[in-house]
Amino acid sequence: MKRPRIILYVIAWLIGIIWVLPFFGVFVTSVRPFGEVVDGWWQLEEFTLTLDAFRQAWNHPDAPVGPALLNSLSIAIPATILTIILASLAAYAFARFEFRLKGPLFSLLIIIMAMPGQSIIIPLFAHMITLGLIDTRLGLILIHTAWGIPWAVLFLRNFFLSVPIDLEESARVDGASDLTVFRRIVLPIALPAIVSIAVLQFVWVWNDFLFALIVILSPDKKVVTQTIPLLRGRFDIPWSVLSAASVLGMIIPLLVFVFLQRYYIKGVMAGAIKG
Amino acid sequence: MRRLVFILPAIILVALIVVFPAAETIRWSFWGWDRLEMTEFVGFDNYERLFGSRSFINMARFPTQNPPWGALIHNIVWVIVFIPLTALLGLFLAVLLREVKGGSIIKSMIFIGMVVPLVVGGMIIRFVFDGRAGIVNAALRTVGLDDLARTWTAFPDTALLSLILGSVWIWTGFAMIIYSAGLELISKDLYESASVDGASPWRTFRRITIPMVKPATLIVVVMNLIYVLRIFDIVYVATRGGPGGASSVLAFQGYLFAFQQREWGMASAVFTFLTLAAAIISVVLVRRVK
Repeated sequence: MKRPRIILYVIAWLIGIIWVLPFFGVFVTSVRPFGEVVDGWWQLEEFTLTLDAFRQAWNHPDAPVGPALLNSLSIAIPATILTIILASLAAYAFARFEFRLKGPLFSLLIIIMAMPGQSIIIPLFAHMITLGLIDTRLGLILIHTAWGIPWAVLFLRNFFLSVPIDLEESARVDGASDLTVFRRIVLPIALPAIVSIAVLQFVWVWNDFLFALIVILSPDKKVVTQTIPLLRGRFDIPWSVLSAASVLGMIIPLLVFVFLQRYYIKGVMAGAIKG
Repeated sequence: MRRLVFILPAIILVALIVVFPAAETIRWSFWGWDRLEMTEFVGFDNYERLFGSRSFINMARFPTQNPPWGALIHNIVWVIVFIPLTALLGLFLAVLLREVKGGSIIKSMIFIGMVVPLVVGGMIIRFVFDGRAGIVNAALRTVGLDDLARTWTAFPDTALLSLILGSVWIWTGFAMIIYSAGLELISKDLYESASVDGASPWRTFRRITIPMVKPATLIVVVMNLIYVLRIFDIVYVATRGGPGGASSVLAFQGYLFAFQQREWGMASAVFTFLTLAAAIISVVLVRRVK
């Protein structure tokens, strides 16, 4: 009984290590000079630790990653907050109120969730030009908010349905309005679910490439995912700089995942199972 | 009616930015375009041109010659390779890591691909398959397969394959956690009675595990179909659909039609196809939710 256990243990860790090896390679490449890693980051005859690649990526003339990180934050934070506000209100209505077209609207939400971003980018591009929203942060924030709402509504609605209604009803008997009940009673109970939504929506917006590609055109407004494809050199691919940019681009979602993993997985599971 | 305040802001925003544009994409696919100006109603012309376009479907080369086979075929090949591979690997990992101490840490390690930007995933695919700096090629040389060692993303016969394998690496974590959750729902008694009956591990796996995780399999297949329809970022970064369109997919090809060739009619037709495919897939989801 003992030996198979150890073999399983070794196989499992081997698979895990192979799986993260490409990420490990990116981290190693990002802190070594290009000349040392051109034949592979595992070559160790020479080993110099340097932050040069980070400096170059941060201030790159075509695609400066430093400002792009700030741009990404300035999109992702408002798009997350707006989604939470609008989706939690709508989800509460779906869970607790009766209104016309509730069933069809609900089905529509699920169809929207399955659609790729490509379903909407051509008209969006055209209308954003007409409305003067092209190349603005506001335009991209609004798109991400609208795109995040259906999933967030579904997730929160299911959460609200699982909460007993008694507390809300006794507050109503005491004369509290719907909005007061929502703010004072429902939202505090829903906090864990809201954290799940915040975590996932933030990471999704941060990771998005397609919508940013369509909307943000000026070099100084580009988000971090837009800068990475621009860093390919004309002849050689500058692996160190590209790796440094990739590290900068993924460090925030990675930290969010590591520290809020419980909420993250809960969101992914609910998104998958409930719709 | 004060209750409308709850639902209206969300509905209006989603209607204006998602529902209305999605409907317009469908309508625009039936119109002629002169660069960015709508001209006249053309019926199915854009679709006819699409099916006549080699970048959409190229049956002359499929399957006897190397890609490009056209974006539609590439997407179908992607589905055929990607979905069974991620499902089997995901189930295998879920079963294995449930048994092993520290399994949850390994699960997190495998799940990282789902967390980081796909643009980074695409860059890494290009990197690991690089002829000089790539670790996949170094591994191939180590085991004596020097003939296969080259920049996979740069050759028509391997570009698509390298992207598909890369996507398996990125997305297997999803199948794994769905299966892990599915396994938790199986009662331990079932396994105990199986072992009392002297069933072999393989037989237990086939007779108990696989049937019991059927709901999880449905989720994995449906969600992975949705992922494949969306494949864009990794293609954009790792190969730009190349060489010569050999790794292009629908979401990417439509983007090229729309934003490089300014063919809005054909681009709308491609995206209408994607929208309808997603709608059909989501019928399965609607049934499950209700």
